Amino acid sequence: MTTPTAVALEDAKVAFRLGDGRVYTAVEKAHLAVAQGEFVAIVGPTGCGKSTLLNVAAGLLKPAAGSVKIFDRPLAGLNREAGYLFQADALFPWKTALDNVAIGLEIKGTPRSEALPQARKWLTSVGLGAFANRYPHMLSGGQRKRVALAQVLIRDPKILLMDEPFGPLDAQTRQVMGNLLLDLWNADRKAVLFVTHDLEEAIALADRVVIMSAGPSSRIIGDWRVSLPRPRDIFEVRLDKEFHALHREIWSVLKDEVMKGYAQSTHAAEAV
Amino acid sequence: MSRPTLFALQVLVAVVCIVLWQVLSTVPVFGKILLPPFFFSNPFDVFSQIVKWFASGVIWKHLGITLAESILAFVIGSAGGVLIGFWFARQPLVAAVFDPYVKMVNALPRVVLAPIFALWLGLGIWSKVALGVTLVFFIVFFNVYQGVKEVSRTVLDNGRMLGMSERQLMQHVYWPSALSWMFSSLHTSVGFAVVGAVVGEYLGSAAGLGYLIQQAEGVFDVAGVFAGMFVLSAFVILIDYGVTLVERRLLVWRPTASDGRG
Repeated sequence: MTTPTAVALEDAKVAFRLGDGRVYTAVEKAHLAVAQGEFVAIVGPTGCGKSTLLNVAAGLLKPAAGSVKIFDRPLAGLNREAGYLFQADALFPWKTALDNVAIGLEIKGTPRSEALPQARKWLTSVGLGAFANRYPHMLSGGQRKRVALAQVLIRDPKILLMDEPFGPLDAQTRQVMGNLLLDLWNADRKAVLFVTHDLEEAIALADRVVIMSAGPSSRIIGDWRVSLPRPRDIFEVRLDKEFHALHREIWSVLKDEVMKGYAQSTHAAEAV
Repeated sequence: MSRPTLFALQVLVAVVCIVLWQVLSTVPVFGKILLPPFFFSNPFDVFSQIVKWFASGVIWKHLGITLAESILAFVIGSAGGVLIGFWFARQPLVAAVFDPYVKMVNALPRVVLAPIFALWLGLGIWSKVALGVTLVFFIVFFNVYQGVKEVSRTVLDNGRMLGMSERQLMQHVYWPSALSWMFSSLHTSVGFAVVGAVVGEYLGSAAGLGYLIQQAEGVFDVAGVFAGMFVLSAFVILIDYGVTLVERRLLVWRPTASDGRG
């Protein structure tokens, strides 16, 4: 079985020049491939550069070395095949929920009269049909994430990049959003690269869980396949024996990195 | 506190002030009038002066002139502020080069420019418009500059990832953000447009509310001065109310616009 590779990072290295001229290497030689239709979660301690890696896949950041291939073609500029779901609020605050979703199509030149009904349909499918005319500040955090999801999905990208999208939400809302995401994903199985610091969330959602070491110069140190059956329900999958076994196994590796990452971040704070 | 009680108390303040004014300027206390009518006039005279102005209709011409000057100053100053603010924010080099000059001009008390404008543009409305423009421009300019520069990084990246071109980013991200900052300073900039017009008139003109006050002052007609002041405040309050209406309409999407102002 050879499915095409949607995202391929080959020995990608990411470095930043600091204010004092030194070079800070965030990610060292990351090698990662996401197949078409595959849901891959990246988990790592705070500050390990997992979001950085995602930005490289999005084309928002250029790798200092190595290459990024999208469907086997080298990535130049922004990744036009990808939809990006941000951790922070990224909706246009001056547009209503409906306009925020419709803009995804209008940018491509779809006439407004066609974009609006489609946007309405997407709002309904994320459960916000009744909130079309609300502005972002009138919506709850979870509702804003739903709008953002619809805004990204209406363009029907082949790849979904998600940067701790449910991070700011409370625990219950996260689970509800996780299930919504899985439902929508099941419909057409896009390639997904999902960054999170929550290992449980990662196992519950993904086909593969990739672990990164603590930064700086963090590397990918583990890659587990999650063979829990689909369709999954996030509430129930957590009770599964296999889930627990896998969680224990991955956590034994991740724990050390989390401690290291924590120690480093406190050191860094002392140095400053 | 309920609204009617509040309103009653607000009215009470006005009534007490006016009654005190009237009493102290007409009835001697210990054989002395505390507010000599020559310096303080009295509410009755001020009120009859206002009635006379409106009854004869002379006031309309002056109000119209001041209003026209304020509107022109606001429109020209805002347009300039938006354009230059936008340009500076998008071209950091230009902003850096002009920075000291912008600071210098802005540090200048604008009133000293009034005589220059009167020389250049004559005693008609344009010298007053110019004075108002110099006031409005900087408020709008700084707000728009800030607004464009402080567009949220995430919102911008989101626009890019959704496939927006530079032009579309301009239209859907930078422009609305800049305008919202401009509108948030609407009360201040409209207020300054009126200040520019009235101060300009006061310093040399042939019509307008400022002229009216200045004329009254010139003949020691204190009642006229106070009457002019009252008409002016009523005028500004009306304009401010209009701005509030506009703002409510335009900034519905802003959380602060509705709960920030009462």
